[in-house]
Amino acid sequence: MTLSRRPLPAWADIVLLPLVNIALAFVTVGIIVRIIGVDPFHALSLLVVGAVGSPESIGYTLYYATNFIFTGLAVAVAFHGGLFNIGGEGQAYLGGLGCGLAILALDRYLPAWLMIPVGIAAAALFGAAWAAVPAWLQAWRGSHIVITTIMFNFVAAALMVYLMVNVLIAPGSMTPQSRGFAPSAFLPQMGGNALNLSLLLALACCVAVWVFLWHTPWGYALRTMGHNPEAAVYAGTNLRHMTMLAMCLSGALAGFVGVNELMGVHHRIVLDFPAGYGFAGIAVALMGRNHPLGIALAALLFGALQQGGAELAFDIPQITRETVVLIQGLVILFSGALVQLPRPWLQALFAFRRP
Amino acid sequence: MDDPLSLLFLVAAATLRTATPLILCAMGGLFSERSGIIDVGLEGKMLMAAFFAGAVAATTHSAWWGVAAAVAAAEALALLHGLACITYRGNQVVSGVALNIIAAGLTVVWGTAWFARGGQTPALEGSERLLPLFFPRAGDNILVYAALLSVPLTWWIVTRTRFGLRLRAVGEMPLAVDSAGISVTWLRYRAVLLCGLFSGLAGAYIAIAQNAGFSRDMTAGQGFIALAAVIFGKWRPFPAFGACLMFGLLDAVAIRLQGVKVPGVGEVPVQLIQSLPYLLTMFLLAGFIGRAVAPRAIGVPYEKEH
Repeated sequence: MTLSRRPLPAWADIVLLPLVNIALAFVTVGIIVRIIGVDPFHALSLLVVGAVGSPESIGYTLYYATNFIFTGLAVAVAFHGGLFNIGGEGQAYLGGLGCGLAILALDRYLPAWLMIPVGIAAAALFGAAWAAVPAWLQAWRGSHIVITTIMFNFVAAALMVYLMVNVLIAPGSMTPQSRGFAPSAFLPQMGGNALNLSLLLALACCVAVWVFLWHTPWGYALRTMGHNPEAAVYAGTNLRHMTMLAMCLSGALAGFVGVNELMGVHHRIVLDFPAGYGFAGIAVALMGRNHPLGIALAALLFGALQQGGAELAFDIPQITRETVVLIQGLVILFSGALVQLPRPWLQALFAFRRP
Repeated sequence: MDDPLSLLFLVAAATLRTATPLILCAMGGLFSERSGIIDVGLEGKMLMAAFFAGAVAATTHSAWWGVAAAVAAAEALALLHGLACITYRGNQVVSGVALNIIAAGLTVVWGTAWFARGGQTPALEGSERLLPLFFPRAGDNILVYAALLSVPLTWWIVTRTRFGLRLRAVGEMPLAVDSAGISVTWLRYRAVLLCGLFSGLAGAYIAIAQNAGFSRDMTAGQGFIALAAVIFGKWRPFPAFGACLMFGLLDAVAIRLQGVKVPGVGEVPVQLIQSLPYLLTMFLLAGFIGRAVAPRAIGVPYEKEH
């Protein structure tokens, strides 16, 4: 196999190759849906209608997309620093805990204009703190961040179950959930359903991440560390501090999922609200090529899949919501691990066009 | 029931029961990791194997076809991992994460379409399951003995055979193996396939021996505990086996300690004991308990010079 036959033109590398990768993922899903005995094109049309067919479904699509933006950005910021943060799930969970604790402690005293920023800040703080431990272990003790962030997902889940069942459960409640927040901690809704102001926070984060990565000295140092750690050291970057910074930002971004879910929708602390968004963030970041604009677009697509997939599962009983999980996995496979798979095909195609 | 000896027997049997899938899975992971291929996809392989074991055993009414299907399913994912990591030199962690998510999705999607029971397979009974061989109360089915045998077997292969020597070499310095005229690709593929075999058996055990059928997400992180055991055992078979037994014991104790007040400590949260495997592994990785040094070439795709 000769990968370096003739380089592809730049546009093909940046636009065509990723599109082919994503197409491969969707074709695979189509084949699986066909095997199950459902016409993939019929399923696709139901999915599209379910995702964008009415103002209400568009609202849900955007609400899901908000979560994907947060976790996608979280993966991307760490990735630019050469760090692979698989702990988005746990950081989102702890972010929600932080936000919930701050609200449970203060919602009787603070007005909304103060309570909401405090809740958001607490989510960021707890998310960042949960990411800081693996970061510290990597920077000072040399333990591999992939393994430690995975392990911390499980520890976070166990911690939350303990806290919800034993400590934070509302008196008299049968299900493990906290007491409801006071209305001062409700994020204003946009359009009447789950969509809330978190979407604006997510878009602001996109801009902030873009400015941070490409227009500040810290972002420059972070990217240098990701490309070539030795060069970064030579340029005077403290890799330890940079690792901490990258992971804390990453954890804070993941923690905002808690803001969207708890302050925006559930209005109490509940179990299992991260629901795979942390892992899906890897797919979003890969698909968006780790650029905020790409991530926003990829998040929109994943949000549409999530909402359309739910509607689809409602319409066709053979199809479950997990089809969406399958698509996420296949996108990670084809646009992450197998990213080079179609390159020889494209190279052959271009060689054929211009002999 | 209450005399110490039978309690000891019960705890030992429970430990072995929970440790069996960990042991099989850890031995599989060990082969892969010693060859330089990170495997965070153990969980996915085991889950996929568990699903096919349950589904095929329910359809064919034979536990053995279930085991065969489990191994085949895990091997399919292992080959995909190999294709991504070895042939296309993709990111090994990304590939493993992808396999986990694909398995989590596909088992439910396929299971719902196949049996229409919300992702579960029908309950298995009699010859559709692997039953205990000698001690009905201990649950000592054939895969438990397979797990116990897999440890010395893995040790012998890794340390005493030519293949094992080359396997270790390819995980440390693939260039040296390549210059000796041995194919790095083929060696790593064999390691990945061995990993598929063992994680397939582990999955089959969970679905058709330990339980009577597949239910969604039934591996519940055991693949990651097995991975933790590999690291905790410093990538060596017997220490990894010890780690699996310890994690199995923790689980057995956690179930017994539920709601029990330990003198002087009070009630120990079950969740704390359940997260101990992860916490202990993190402590080890941080160098607080000895030092865990990974195979040097782990995670680095091998690029042959032209």
